[in-house]
Amino acid sequence: MKLTNLLTSAAVALGLAAGAAWAQDKTKVGFVYVGPVGDGGWTYEHDQGRKAVEAEFGDQVETVYVESVAEGPDAERVMTQMALQGADLIFTTSFGYMDPTINVAKKFPDVKFEHATGYKRADNVSTYSARFYEGRAVQGTIAGHMTESNIVGYIGSYPIPEVVRGINSAYIHAKKVNPDVEFKIVWAFTWFDPAKEADAAKVLIEQGADVILQHTDSTAPQAAAQAAGNVYTFGQASDMAEYAPKPRVSSIIDDWAPYYIARTKAVMDGTWESVDTWDGIGAGMVGIGEISDAVPAEVKEAALAIKDAIASGEYHPFTGPLNKQDGTPWLAEGETADDGTLAGMNFYVEGLEGDIPQ
Amino acid sequence: MDLSAINPVLLIASLMVAATPLLLAAIGELVVEKSGVLNLGVEGMMIVGAIAGFAVAVESGSPLLGFVAAAIAGAALSVLFAILTQFAQANQVASGLSLTLFGLGLSALMGQSYVGVKPPRMGDIDIPVLSDLPVIGPILFGHDIILYFGIALTAAVWWVLKYSRIGLVLRAVGENHDAAHALGYKVIRIRLAAIMFGGACAGLGGAYISLIRVPQWTEGMTAGIGWIALALVVFASWKPWRALLGAYLFGGVTVVQLNLQAAGVAIPVEYLAMSPYLITILVLVILSADKSSAPASLGRNFHASR
Repeated sequence: MKLTNLLTSAAVALGLAAGAAWAQDKTKVGFVYVGPVGDGGWTYEHDQGRKAVEAEFGDQVETVYVESVAEGPDAERVMTQMALQGADLIFTTSFGYMDPTINVAKKFPDVKFEHATGYKRADNVSTYSARFYEGRAVQGTIAGHMTESNIVGYIGSYPIPEVVRGINSAYIHAKKVNPDVEFKIVWAFTWFDPAKEADAAKVLIEQGADVILQHTDSTAPQAAAQAAGNVYTFGQASDMAEYAPKPRVSSIIDDWAPYYIARTKAVMDGTWESVDTWDGIGAGMVGIGEISDAVPAEVKEAALAIKDAIASGEYHPFTGPLNKQDGTPWLAEGETADDGTLAGMNFYVEGLEGDIPQ
Repeated sequence: MDLSAINPVLLIASLMVAATPLLLAAIGELVVEKSGVLNLGVEGMMIVGAIAGFAVAVESGSPLLGFVAAAIAGAALSVLFAILTQFAQANQVASGLSLTLFGLGLSALMGQSYVGVKPPRMGDIDIPVLSDLPVIGPILFGHDIILYFGIALTAAVWWVLKYSRIGLVLRAVGENHDAAHALGYKVIRIRLAAIMFGGACAGLGGAYISLIRVPQWTEGMTAGIGWIALALVVFASWKPWRALLGAYLFGGVTVVQLNLQAAGVAIPVEYLAMSPYLITILVLVILSADKSSAPASLGRNFHASR
């Protein structure tokens, strides 16, 4: 009898202890990254957001992350693992994680998911993205002014709407200030491969480009431009200020911290809902890195004017008249593009050469 | 389409640069495999070489010293693999794979304070008259010294394996370690030396990426080149000159496809991306007449008691 009593009280004690531990349970937030946190670009900025969440909530949260997760089945495994380990909220930070995120979310209805740059949502899956094309409009303006050879090189990652939008936006605004400008576009088919990005930048420079825009994540193109000498580049995703004032003359910065903090707070409060967030310069999700002294004052002024006009909502980067590449009319005079068209953009605007790989 | 935008001279020159890390790593692994050891840790040794070389070059201001450090770091990491497989008799495949994972993590740790730092520049060799020759100058005489070292190393490895006594012993160990042991050769010692040589070469290849080809440090920057080097050894059927050819083919196709894209050629990129593999299959078929095959003891552990 005594033994039974002992066991019972032990069980009760254990139960209490477990209960107490449960009460103090932290909100667990997971992050799935496509590159290494030290890439100096895209993943680096997401990880800064993660650190901001930790700084904001201290002991109340626990964050975990997995870096360099390949898009595809690997991503699905990583997400499943995170959900099994008790994550309450999981941020998946690459376009290619879209279907894996939806699949895993179906299996874990109590876990909240947030997918960056995608368009598929569910009751427990939100999507969020930044209007990078607004930043591209500013960079395009600078690029159009700065090029002497009138050839601007553009390193694309994958031919998805996000990237195509950026190319169009940069081209439209470069063309506005420099009617002779021409874009040379190469597709790297990777988000992160410094050696390949460096090769791509070198090829563009060899073929006459003196301004390079990139939609890949590392700073390798900056290094290549620096070695070449008279070439200008822009920071992508992160400031990349270590290459300022030249070759990096400005940058597009992703600032995810406020969003990550707000969404984590929502999970803690129980107010989380599936939403679609697409913010730009105005909301502070897209930042424009300092325009360096290598840029003449009047060009800087023009670029800042565009930035302010976009931020205040007075100007939309896709404002007509604009035609598609094949000459068919797209936007009439003064008409602006709707979000739906932008989200699924799969065509070049008039004046761009080449085809989008299908 | 504007093919005239492609400058064939610059194309070949940059192709050689793109191929060099691959060549260095492949030549090292070729020697390792000739001795009968399969080390799948090339990627890990490369990335550790990349950061070690980068760090030393930045701290000392000398890229050459960086390359020396990279070779030492690569060799040091390979010793870990050697201890596991040669003394502890661990499985070579598993040990090699874990060496890659370990190397990726270790390099990320070592490199934390080097993100965004610029390395000292390695100057190109400038030979008066020769470097100024049209066409031939930029292709043959306008590179950095490590690129020439890679080609020289290929020649040296070829000569040693084919004509020297050391090469003969190494091949004997790789073909039949029991027989070599019976003849009195120190199988473990020879393999240890071969593994360290492979590690040093992989380290050099990694440093070539971080100091010359890119040049900067970013985590994971070798991005699979070590794996291609492993494939290249098989492609070359364990022959040094074919490894050189293969490295130029693989490195070349990457550069050529980027060039064609920038020139606006309408060949779908996917075809270009798979062309190295198609060419590999083609070459393998052609070479199948050649009956040389993998070293017979490749991947098998040796223990003197057996």
